[in-house]
Amino acid sequence: MNRLFAGALAAGALLTATAAFAQSGSATIDAIVKRGELNCGVAGNSPMFSLPDSQGVMRGLDADSCRAIAAAILGDAKKTKFIPTTAQNRFTALQSGEVDLLYRSTTWTLGREGNLGAMFASVNFYDGTGFLVKASLKVKSAKELDGATVCVAPGTSTELAVADYFRVHKMKFTPVLIQDLSELQNAYLSGRCDTYSTDSSGLAGFRFQQGPKAVEHILLPDIISKEPLGAMVRKGDDKFFDIVRWTYFATLIAEEYGITQANVDEALKSTVPEIRRLMGLEGDMGKALGVDNKWAYNAIKQTGNFGEGWDRNVTPYGVPRGINNLWNNGGLQYAPPMR
Amino acid sequence: MSATVNHIPMPARAEPKLLSLGPLEWARTNLFGSIWSSLVTLALGYFMLKFAVGFIDWALIKSVWTVQSDAAGKLDPTACRIVKGEGACWAVIWDKYRFILFGRYPYDEQWRGAIVIALFLALFVVSAMRRFWRKELAYIWIATLTTIGVLMWGGVFGLVYVPQDLWGGLPITLILSTFGLAFAFPLAVLVALGRRSTTLPAVKFICVVYIELIRGVPLISLLFMASVMFPLFMPVGLNPDKLLRAQVAIILFAAAYLAEVVRGGLQSLPKGQYEAADALGLTYWQKMGQIILPQALRTVIPPLVNTFIGFFKDTSLVLIIGIFDLLTSGKVALAEPIWQAYSTEVYLMLALIYFCFCFAMARYSRGLERELGRSVRR
Repeated sequence: MNRLFAGALAAGALLTATAAFAQSGSATIDAIVKRGELNCGVAGNSPMFSLPDSQGVMRGLDADSCRAIAAAILGDAKKTKFIPTTAQNRFTALQSGEVDLLYRSTTWTLGREGNLGAMFASVNFYDGTGFLVKASLKVKSAKELDGATVCVAPGTSTELAVADYFRVHKMKFTPVLIQDLSELQNAYLSGRCDTYSTDSSGLAGFRFQQGPKAVEHILLPDIISKEPLGAMVRKGDDKFFDIVRWTYFATLIAEEYGITQANVDEALKSTVPEIRRLMGLEGDMGKALGVDNKWAYNAIKQTGNFGEGWDRNVTPYGVPRGINNLWNNGGLQYAPPMR
Repeated sequence: MSATVNHIPMPARAEPKLLSLGPLEWARTNLFGSIWSSLVTLALGYFMLKFAVGFIDWALIKSVWTVQSDAAGKLDPTACRIVKGEGACWAVIWDKYRFILFGRYPYDEQWRGAIVIALFLALFVVSAMRRFWRKELAYIWIATLTTIGVLMWGGVFGLVYVPQDLWGGLPITLILSTFGLAFAFPLAVLVALGRRSTTLPAVKFICVVYIELIRGVPLISLLFMASVMFPLFMPVGLNPDKLLRAQVAIILFAAAYLAEVVRGGLQSLPKGQYEAADALGLTYWQKMGQIILPQALRTVIPPLVNTFIGFFKDTSLVLIIGIFDLLTSGKVALAEPIWQAYSTEVYLMLALIYFCFCFAMARYSRGLERELGRSVRR
């Protein structure tokens, strides 16, 4: 009798333990919870996105997006392990499970989603290839650049976009290809090229770094390619995909309602239904995602809303918000309703 | 029972003719020997002086050492921007030197990295002195490397645990090259012996295949294999650490090159040495350890050190798999937009660090050659 009771107790304990591990219904989330750490693949050398500061702490929009997911799943943004990946080994790192997700300013394309067994869960930065010219050149549009010398880094998608653009518009150009970034920028500044082309965010940042001389350079209005940059996860784990995507949406919804890192505790007293659902007060949204109901509260409390992340990481580099504004502010950042 | 010894007094040696000349005389014979020689001396002297003056002006006189930070604590590089092109901006080093030296190692724990560097240097110095070439040296190595491991990882004695992926900077470069060469060298000796083996054709075949396969591909592709291909063969979530994979790739690569150097030394020995050892009835390992290898390795000191120096610098190739070694940390420090224009200063500092290590190795090998080569020269 006693023995039977002990056996039943042990079986019960085993069941509970199994349930504790398998409660999320996602292998990736289970692995993260068990490990106590989110492995996030980042670039690690890209200002605005992910770059260690002088004390070695990873800073940037991508870095903070990773932290928000760690806060949502584990309740602690500090439990993010940043794994620097290069342009060559990033997809393998994701496929082999070395990282749980990639936030590595990677462009969302059909080829990548179709061929690599991975899918894009969010777009935290809408970028595009642009041109920077000297104001003294008196050029108003990229269409006037016929015959120009263009400074561009070799082997990048920018190089392809520039070549395509000039071919489509039946214009001639001479590329000046320099791998090293500072040499490339010096070539443009010293007048070896008429124009410098890269992602428009990079151009805006470079222009801002010129200090008082920034007015001598003009960012042309033409954006010649679309570069939506965002998070990439492995296919086949939809629950994890959901949590990555909805953590990003939660930061957008928070910005929409004006909920910030500072006033998120007041939002807990709100009577607005959507805010109450966001804060995990009703609706059991967290449970549906396989995490704690306070997931969004944790993410906002510890990393702030989308606009705050932008102000912290991107604004200091002088890059305007532009199309990365919220939809009701003339931008493309749009979150579906949380209900 | 007393033996008589005849002491023959040595005749006093005649003083050799004075060969060394005064500096003026030396300059006249060597620099101003003919009209052409004088012209070349003057021209080169002019350029050297101009370069030196320009460099000192740039590096010391017109340079900026620190920049102010604004109210929010952000550094303001205006002072550097003003002197750009005329003076060096050492403020970038001042701001970033800890990141360059230690990478992403937690800021408050970087003293541990500093001790590790000091330990490595001490280890090199001790191993370099012939007086310490005894069995105990092996224990010193094991003890030091264990201490280094404890310091870097932590997790015991109240030290905070620091996972490998946060290691970076100079400690990583020293770890990769020291462990790389320490493991590669014994492996290289074995492979070289295996390749010259006459009694074990299978071993010989394996050694030849290994050397030729590894030498046939660039190091960068081996690192790629280790970092990109290897994880795909492993079950998800079960991956040996990235650093360990790179370390193994470097060991395998270095061993193949060193093996060929050692084989060169083995082949340079006359056959009589082998036969003499056999005639003494020594076993194979006694023959190799006591007779052949000491002589063979002595002859190949210059190419060995050449390979060592090459590999010390080759460790910087781990940059392509996202490990923050010394060179990579420097490059990442330069990605910070306010410092992007001051790469010269950072690269000068990196070059100086690499030069110190490589030059010390080169000088030491020359001294060693002189000391061990006495019997041959006489």
